[in-house]
Amino acid sequence: MDTVRLALLAGLGVLALAGGVLVFTCDSMARVTFALLGSLCCVGGVVTVLGLPYLGVAIVLMMVMEMVIMAVFMIAYMMNPAGLMPMSMLHNKRGSLLVSGAVFAALVAAVLLTPWPARTGPPPPDTTFQLGKALMGTQMLTMLVLGFALLATMVGATVLATHRGRYDRFGDDLGRRQARDPAGGGVGR
Amino acid sequence: MVEAAGWWPVLVAPALLLAGAVLAVAGDAMLAARYAGRPARAAVAAVPLLEVARLLAQQPRTLPKADRLLWRLGVVTVPVAAVLSVLVIPFGHRAVADLSVGVVWFNAMEVLTWAGLWLAGWGPNAAFSLIGGYRFVAQGLAYELPLMFALISPATAAQSLGVGDIAEAQQGLWFAVWMPVAFAGYLAGVLAFAFLGPFGYPAGRDTAAGVLGETAGVDRLLLQAGRWLWLTSGAAMAVPLFLGGAAGPGVPGWAWSALKTLLVLAVLVWSLRRLPVLRADRYAEFAWVVLVPLTIAQALVPALVVLDR
Amino acid sequence: MTFELVLVLAAGLFSIGLFGALSQQSIVMIMMGIELMIGGIIVAAAAFWHFLAPAADGQVVIVGAVVAMAVEMAMGFAVTTAIYRARQVDMTDMAEDLKG
Repeated sequence: MDTVRLALLAGLGVLALAGGVLVFTCDSMARVTFALLGSLCCVGGVVTVLGLPYLGVAIVLMMVMEMVIMAVFMIAYMMNPAGLMPMSMLHNKRGSLLVSGAVFAALVAAVLLTPWPARTGPPPPDTTFQLGKALMGTQMLTMLVLGFALLATMVGATVLATHRGRYDRFGDDLGRRQARDPAGGGVGR
Repeated sequence: MVEAAGWWPVLVAPALLLAGAVLAVAGDAMLAARYAGRPARAAVAAVPLLEVARLLAQQPRTLPKADRLLWRLGVVTVPVAAVLSVLVIPFGHRAVADLSVGVVWFNAMEVLTWAGLWLAGWGPNAAFSLIGGYRFVAQGLAYELPLMFALISPATAAQSLGVGDIAEAQQGLWFAVWMPVAFAGYLAGVLAFAFLGPFGYPAGRDTAAGVLGETAGVDRLLLQAGRWLWLTSGAAMAVPLFLGGAAGPGVPGWAWSALKTLLVLAVLVWSLRRLPVLRADRYAEFAWVVLVPLTIAQALVPALVVLDR
Repeated sequence: MTFELVLVLAAGLFSIGLFGALSQQSIVMIMMGIELMIGGIIVAAAAFWHFLAPAADGQVVIVGAVVAMAVEMAMGFAVTTAIYRARQVDMTDMAEDLKG
């Protein structure tokens, strides 16, 4: 690794940790969300610097969309979204600190004490190609499972989140031709 | 072949982007004058540039309990993301950085405007402004998927995510010719992420300019500049993705790049005042019910062609 | 040594996220903690890929982690919406009767 990459890695790592700390110290929910976004974008940057540009940039792309949607929900549900009235919404702070501190210590000890093996083989010339080939070849089963998990999530999340079923939309005997929805759409209505 | 060349394109690329945006603004002012029945003289085209000087001198607005940090961050993000997006777009046969994942980079920068505009709406602590921010998010959820499939189609056909490779792969037949749905979906996406014309809903007149409403001075200049920079960047990206890049007979590559970009930009600017403003909820249903299946079917076409090759 | 430092970064992100997930009361904030934990896992997976075994499987782990993030967020918001609709609550402590 050359110095530029090392410097980038160090900077991004420090920023990611700082963003992570800000997530649980800021009062404003908007700031919290975007601190998390900053932290996860730095994670994407670290992944890119480590030689996986496709995954790194895709993580940034996905996290931006995810966090903007998250901000919408935060503002919708939290009782103090703008943080104009600081309040603590924690339970069992000491226990949590203890547990997470112990986990951190254990992880660091494991990292430092494990005799890591040497690298097996050189990195491939095109990492994106490596990933695509794996997902469409040897890891096809993984890809299928992930796809089904995402599909199940879409269906399950929609069912959980909506309070209107098909009888609300299409009438008691499901005979209505056009669904009666509270918001009109752009197709045919 | 696209090559990265020294440090000077880092300065030239933003300058070219800005020049394109200025031309687009001037053209839009001329068209506005024409539709209003006034003579479209050169002086008319200079009016928006005088507006720049006025905004530079104007006092920024201060509001009670505004989240200034996030507000500034959002306002700055929009034009900065536009400038960053052009790093991967080749001009002639040169790009600032022809990344191997250029298409994903462009897409990620474009998605950054979501964060930027939502923050610009949230920051000032004002209702209409926040409504504007939410409107852009709703619009984003509608336009993003068709746009992604439209970006994937040429990448599939070229078997590469690099913008230079995609331009290279169109020798003989432009992707716009045999992927018209993807091209149309892409152009609609460009108008949407520039939130101009039919997609100007986040800054709609019905909410007193929405997300722009509470901005003044340099803030407003940056957001407005961001819109036109994004329009220009989208037009420039259409050239390597769908219109064969810098390839063309006679004149050198950079001239073809400039010519094609300006043509796409002219079409986009012309369409701004020709189409009605779309409400985000209406467009969302249209996008999900009509555009997403269409663009998926379109992405299937290059996949099959590549498989057969 | 770089490898170990990147892993320590991953452990740090994971632990900060764990603290949040354990101590926050609001469901949405718990989700933020979980996102940070998965972020740590992604960093660790990328480090293993780069420094130990640049094979395809390491990249697939990252893809799996990213999908887990998406699933977690979608289901989290759906559950929050359902609970909020039923009883105007977004805190775990007020949904305790759901257990057991």
